[in-house]
Amino acid sequence: MVRFIMDGQPVEAPEGANLLEVALDAGIEIPHLCYNESVKPYGACRLCLVEVVRRGRSRLTAACTHPALEGVEVLTKTDKVLRARRMMIELILAMCPDDQVIQDMAKEMGVQEVRFKKGDKDCILCGLCARVCDEVVGAHAITFYSRGDRREMGAPFVSEAQNCIACGACVVVCPVNVIGMEEKGDERTIVRWKRTLKMKKCKICGNHFAPWFQLEKFKEKAKLPKDFFDTCTTCRS
Amino acid sequence: MRRIDSPQALEQFRAEILSKRDPRQSLITICGGTGCHASGCHQVVEAFKKVLQDHAKNNGISLRVTGCHGFCERGPLVVVHPQKVLYQRVKPEDASAIVQETVLKGKVIDSLLYEHPTTGEKIVSEEDVPFYKKQMRIIFGNNGSIDPTRIEDYLAVGGYQALPKALFSMKPEQIIAEVKKANLRGRGGGGFPAGVKWEQCRNAPGDIRYVICNADEGDPGAYMDRSLLEGNPHSVLEGMIIGAFAIGSHEGYVYVRNEYPLAVMNVGIAIQQAQELGLLGKNILGSGFDFEVKVSRGGGAFVCGESTALMASIEGQVGEPRAKHIHTVISGLYDRPTNLNNVETWANVPLIINKGADWYSQIGTEGSKGTKIFSLVGKVNNTGLVEVPMGITLREIVYDIGGGIPGGKKFKAVQTGGPSGGCIPESQIDLPVDFDRLTEVGSMMGSGGMIVMDESTCMVDVAKYFMNFLKDESCGKCTSCREGTKRMHEILTEITEGRGTTDHLELLEELGWTTMEASLCALGGTAPNPALSTIRYFREEYQEHILHKKCPAKVCRALLTYRILSDVCTLCGRCAKACPVEAISGKAKTKKEKGLPFKIDETKCIKCGMCFESCKFEAVQVE
Amino acid sequence: MTAPEVDSIIERYGGRESAILAILQDIQTKEKYLPKEALEHLGARLNIPLNRIYRIATFYRALSLTPRGRHEVCVCVGTACHVRGAQRVMDQMNLELGIHPGETTKDKNFTLETVNCLGVCAAGPVVAIDGEYFGKMSSVKVPGVLKKFRSDKKEKVDEKD
Repeated sequence: MVRFIMDGQPVEAPEGANLLEVALDAGIEIPHLCYNESVKPYGACRLCLVEVVRRGRSRLTAACTHPALEGVEVLTKTDKVLRARRMMIELILAMCPDDQVIQDMAKEMGVQEVRFKKGDKDCILCGLCARVCDEVVGAHAITFYSRGDRREMGAPFVSEAQNCIACGACVVVCPVNVIGMEEKGDERTIVRWKRTLKMKKCKICGNHFAPWFQLEKFKEKAKLPKDFFDTCTTCRS
Repeated sequence: MRRIDSPQALEQFRAEILSKRDPRQSLITICGGTGCHASGCHQVVEAFKKVLQDHAKNNGISLRVTGCHGFCERGPLVVVHPQKVLYQRVKPEDASAIVQETVLKGKVIDSLLYEHPTTGEKIVSEEDVPFYKKQMRIIFGNNGSIDPTRIEDYLAVGGYQALPKALFSMKPEQIIAEVKKANLRGRGGGGFPAGVKWEQCRNAPGDIRYVICNADEGDPGAYMDRSLLEGNPHSVLEGMIIGAFAIGSHEGYVYVRNEYPLAVMNVGIAIQQAQELGLLGKNILGSGFDFEVKVSRGGGAFVCGESTALMASIEGQVGEPRAKHIHTVISGLYDRPTNLNNVETWANVPLIINKGADWYSQIGTEGSKGTKIFSLVGKVNNTGLVEVPMGITLREIVYDIGGGIPGGKKFKAVQTGGPSGGCIPESQIDLPVDFDRLTEVGSMMGSGGMIVMDESTCMVDVAKYFMNFLKDESCGKCTSCREGTKRMHEILTEITEGRGTTDHLELLEELGWTTMEASLCALGGTAPNPALSTIRYFREEYQEHILHKKCPAKVCRALLTYRILSDVCTLCGRCAKACPVEAISGKAKTKKEKGLPFKIDETKCIKCGMCFESCKFEAVQVE
Repeated sequence: MTAPEVDSIIERYGGRESAILAILQDIQTKEKYLPKEALEHLGARLNIPLNRIYRIATFYRALSLTPRGRHEVCVCVGTACHVRGAQRVMDQMNLELGIHPGETTKDKNFTLETVNCLGVCAAGPVVAIDGEYFGKMSSVKVPGVLKKFRSDKKEKVDEKD
């Protein structure tokens, strides 16, 4: 366990914990977009900025990627921190002016106006969708591509995501809800990745419960018998 | 080549090499650096080879294509030994005369000599040329004497003497102590004490350690590392082997940017030859120390010059930096302790071991010891690579070595530190060049790019240029850098295109502050420097653009008007022919016709400047 | 590029996954771009998911997913060349070729690129076409320099091939 100070209060955290999770556990509110407990911290959105005083020097840094270290002092609400966070949300809002979630966050953080030319994107480039797909699901269907201000998120060759198993994890984890999942008849579509897959019908209840492609992948990976998914998980239990 | 298995055998080999070389014999060295390549040195080499085919047997004249000599402005460069006569701007046709007159008869060819720009005096010897006089070429000097593809040449000038000394007469801790005492600071831009870094890496927990040579040299306008790697790769390798021994590493990488194919090739050849001789690989010189080096090529990404991005690239990932709360000396390449240093830093190591820290620390200033190689480019007469002791003033570099501004134009600023640095104005021109002083005035040493700017350079345009570069090269991961550079560039474009507003300067400063504070790595962390330093020293120029919609340096095209001066115009018609949008009306004067006056239609004019460039009578006015 | 050709390049680097960038560069050198099929085969052989290969291929400027033109025109936009007027040279190139940096002409003869410093600052502004350097460039010199490589000189080009 490491001991340090956060907003004037002593805190204790296991070694390897990051400052953001320590703060959230302690009930300290720090805005964040690209952080999710299910995946490794990434440090892209720069909203969770805090001041960390270490060896006499103070630095602004993203809380999610800073490890809990013995003896440091963490300040989560100084003027410097708030000023920087405001600029971050203003920049993200300028990038994605129509995202309701971002609009609400900006208002809450005291950003009244956007002083830059408004863009027309909806994706905030937090990377959570790809990170979940790579780290948790293992489908590796989508990725960041290009560099700098041309950076985008999508499937290889900007076509249909051919490795996508339409599990919906990305849809759930997206902080601004821009991916979308639709089900019509026996088809499920992950809208943003243009992926439509036919669903398998349960032998017993007749529900379309999961895409064929996904189930085949699971059987392959876990070496399951051919008829394993002929019954859906609800009916099996 | 046979394998050498002891320091004694190495000295024997060296003696053998030297015995075959008679310093009194005629030797022609031709600079084979990339700069001279562009000036056609390849044809010059071929011409000499042809001429010498007839003479070689009788007179024993040797020809050697060497690394970069540094005086790129005057290439192709040829030096005739033993007299050390320097010929500049040599053409293939001159080869025959040089051999006949200078080599065989000892006569000097005046027309090929360097001429002093003010006194007109012809200078014969390389060392008397003003460009070289104030330099201290302790690292770079050997470039002119060695063929980088022949390890024997490096041995002949005393190379690989530091290595046996380090391996056999010193302990790793002693080597580190010596480098610390010498206060060798990183030459890649960070200026971090190398000895301290080595020590931290050595002491980090773990069995496997790596050393890396950062040859990504992405700063536009800087090409010192390239010339060092192309021209004297063994000096860098020797430094790496010594460093690896001191740190306890057995595996090293040289990460060379993709745009330097000649450097990649020459380092590869050097590694191969060193391996053959037994200076790399298992049981080096019989010391029991193993060390191997691999070359890793970059893929065309400036951000890969950042240490964590570079390591990610070697690992086969995209060059996205990571936060350095735990330093790379503890956890770097493949999460193992890694020591990364710049090309020039490594090249300083053999010198320090050979001559000792006491000797080394006599050169330079209190905080910055040794020399630094700069690429002096831009609006300067003597463009090239210069090596100077730390503490020399900017004035001396620009005027005494650089020969001042071409066309007698007025000096405006020097940009140092590349896209992470800032512009230093005339008021600071007597600044001694060293790490701390440059940082104090809002710039930084950086890797060594020194771009001279004159009255015809627009500082707002310079800021816009750098911001465009950084916006393009940003990896795009963090909001502050990706959006920050994008928006700063947007604002600077508005200003240069006549749409600047009074809020813009303040917004630039605020964006600059946030981008610096909030970004994940040093690319974003230093990106606002060029903009902020130009606003600091050239605020009035920004105001001219914003308030009066004028560009005093006549660079920002949207703010210019082109006019033809009818009283100067000779009615030759060149401008109208050159105009890509047919915006110039008029008729050329011929023997038969009187011609009609030429006029530019401002509504059609795209301000490309072709008319201005094609007019031979200065009849086109720009304002 | 055939699968065995890709395999032989992989062998060059001992089948190391970390050598992915070098492998892609070698494919690029041979094919003048990265064919989709080659990338798919590469991914299968090295057990690297396609999304990672695609990410690498679009991150590094040296790599291209679209076929490059017969001649690569590189305009140096390094700082030294910039202060000596490289922007005007670039603008003239845009006009003459009708394309922007990163694009290839319709007749596939030219690809226009920018490069951040070729290290030939003494001769700036510099343009490199197929590795041949043209120094002290200005906008008026552009048409003349391009003429050498225009497809009217097709016979000479075929001879070289």
